[in-house]
Amino acid sequence: MIRVNHRNMDFYEGMTLKSLIKDLKYSFPTLMVKVNGELVPKGKYEETRIRDGDDINIIHPIAGG
Amino acid sequence: MNVTGVKDNVEKIKEAHKLLKRYEYTPGEIQRGYANKTLYINVSDNIIEAKEVPEEIKEKFIGGKGFGLWYLWNAVKSTTKWDDPENEIVISPGPIGGITQYPGAGKSLVVSLSPTTGSVIDSNVGGHFGPLMKFSGWDALEIQGKAEKDIVILIDGNKGVVEIYEAPLESLNSHILAEELTEIFAESEEDKRNISIVSAGEAAEHTLLGVLNFSFYDKRKKVQRLKQAGRGGIGTVFRNKKIKAVVVRYKGVKGDSNNPADVEKIKELGLKLHREIKELDKDQCRMREIGTAHLVEIMDDYDLLPVHNFKYGSHKDSRKIDSKVLVKKVVQGSPDGCWHGCSMACAKAAQDYELKTGPYKGHKVVVDGPEYETVGGVGSNCGIFDPDYIMECNFYCDTYGIDTISFGTTMAFLMECYENNIINKDITGGIELNFGNGDAAMEVLHQMAKGKGFGKIAGQGIRRIKKLLTESYGADPKFLNDIGMEVKGLEYSQYVSKESLAQQGGYALANKGPQHDEAWLIFMDMVNNQIPTFEDKAEALHYFPIFRTWFGLNGLCKLPWNDVEPVDNHMTDEPAKVPEHVENYVQLFNSVTGKNIDKKEMLLQSERVYNFQRVFNLKMGFGTREHDIPPYRSMGPVTEEEYLSREERYDKQLENILGLKPEEMSTAEKIEALRKYKYEQYEKLVDAVYKRRGWTEKGIPSVELMEKLGMDFPEVIRLIEKH
Repeated sequence: MIRVNHRNMDFYEGMTLKSLIKDLKYSFPTLMVKVNGELVPKGKYEETRIRDGDDINIIHPIAGG
Repeated sequence: MNVTGVKDNVEKIKEAHKLLKRYEYTPGEIQRGYANKTLYINVSDNIIEAKEVPEEIKEKFIGGKGFGLWYLWNAVKSTTKWDDPENEIVISPGPIGGITQYPGAGKSLVVSLSPTTGSVIDSNVGGHFGPLMKFSGWDALEIQGKAEKDIVILIDGNKGVVEIYEAPLESLNSHILAEELTEIFAESEEDKRNISIVSAGEAAEHTLLGVLNFSFYDKRKKVQRLKQAGRGGIGTVFRNKKIKAVVVRYKGVKGDSNNPADVEKIKELGLKLHREIKELDKDQCRMREIGTAHLVEIMDDYDLLPVHNFKYGSHKDSRKIDSKVLVKKVVQGSPDGCWHGCSMACAKAAQDYELKTGPYKGHKVVVDGPEYETVGGVGSNCGIFDPDYIMECNFYCDTYGIDTISFGTTMAFLMECYENNIINKDITGGIELNFGNGDAAMEVLHQMAKGKGFGKIAGQGIRRIKKLLTESYGADPKFLNDIGMEVKGLEYSQYVSKESLAQQGGYALANKGPQHDEAWLIFMDMVNNQIPTFEDKAEALHYFPIFRTWFGLNGLCKLPWNDVEPVDNHMTDEPAKVPEHVENYVQLFNSVTGKNIDKKEMLLQSERVYNFQRVFNLKMGFGTREHDIPPYRSMGPVTEEEYLSREERYDKQLENILGLKPEEMSTAEKIEALRKYKYEQYEKLVDAVYKRRGWTEKGIPSVELMEKLGMDFPEVIRLIEKH
């Protein structure tokens, strides 16, 4: 189990930050992503492996519309 | 010329003009964003007067929507109806409006009593009218009364003349009317860029959903482009007054026309934002490439794109109308702003679009847009995933003067009624109004323009249609209230709010009705989970409506605030507020007006006007808690098919939040349990928001609040105390 934006989510082996964002269909172009409090730049999503128990924040920095 | 035959008719049209009134004035110089005069026109008696703008009114209402609310407040009584002569249309750009160095500074704000809500409505719009009107010497234009025959009003800011003409021969529909009047009033080809026109159209006359088109002259396409003050039927008020158009002509817009206190600082702020847009837009919102339509696929991905009257938030065919498809239709070839100097340049247009239906079938025209709201409204929400239909519908809505948002939401509601046998072909006059039937929707739109057939019913808007179907056709009022997406009589704009309690409030608590320009909190709430408690949501529903009101006081567009963000915005404490851009606006205001406000005072400026508008609703017989209740469709699944389409999600909510066992419940029981829970949550949210805003449990701003804000006018206090 991992936490994404303070909600539980199933973990699977081989999960990366990029695959997680794709699974969630988070297509908004400007995301702020932290894994266990550490900011991860966009260029490193693919190489960032998610581990069981990780606490992830994926913030869409917008109150637009 | 883009409109065949216009030039041939111009002389005849001009000859038929009869001058009813001529008023001469000496245009003054703009001082720090203000002309310090407003123009009052009564079209019943052809009275034209100038009014001074007192300092106190500038302090309390700033300009734009603030001025509109103040002048309308003084013009109408609590008994005034939208079609009474006393009702006014007030247009004002605000003090920052008209600067050319900072993106998004050409907005006009329009205020009137709405035909659909019965209360005060405000709508913001691009185009050149507001700034040209101000540079002609007027901070606001108040139009009151009702003309006997069709008229055109001219404001010539160079000659210092205001004229009212009887105008019998002009076309009503905006794309032709704007060309005719440009030919008549421009002194040369070059002078056409100095003309801007406000107009409506045939459907504005025959429905309650009329828009005002505000034009700007496109030098490359050699055509007047149209932007819309869309919400709440102000175009209908305009035609009810028998006004065909208001024309402004002003030559001489310069970088310092606003005569700001510190033009160098404005240039510095503008340059910084221009650089951001140039470097970041292509990887952020692609506003320069496709404008707001970039949201189509994003909203679909997050289950927020309205489909089939807001039943669903996504659809397998949505990619047929997404921005990648639409960008191919938008053949402009270069970014375009609706006011000088706007490098965000989100205005888009398709040139030489050949119409397939209606009175202009076969004509090649320019279609402005489509914006996201139009794609969602007339497209996905009606189950019509056809880009050509969207372009055609967009064009006809604009030229007929009808709001694409209200048209889309109303048609989607009618389609659901049709599919549930609440209405049938006997009522529609043979039109098969199923979801997905674009031909049927177009036919209804053309009927709206003529005021004939089923178009007469459709053009009344959802609230009145619900009443008609209940009283005359035996429809179930509960079901209609559940699926009729309106609050306060205004149709919803195009976002599915089911999974965001904060956005349910953002819509239903909005002063004018469910338009997202007060608060758009879906990502903060539903996706980011940043505002989990009622207090958090209430804080957001205090801050954002207050903050966003400020754009409308100053003649500013909201888009450059957060549709491009500084590269380090995500590192700030409150990225959703885009703090650096808020600071830009504080400095921009100070640089124009010479004042010295800070962020706190900026919010106070808005809070004053926001609460005044709430009290204005109270004056008109609304503005209390019972008018802030959303339809259940905006909160959760009304029908079994809707529940089953997201069954896993809803079952989890019942199980995890309410501790129920969904596997032991029927779908009907599950819908009812969820409904009860969601309404309880909504009531708790309303309690929290009212408390945060300093309102009573009934939703009325307290006397103490209005005193603290300095908005304790005697009539305001009397109204509050009466309740």
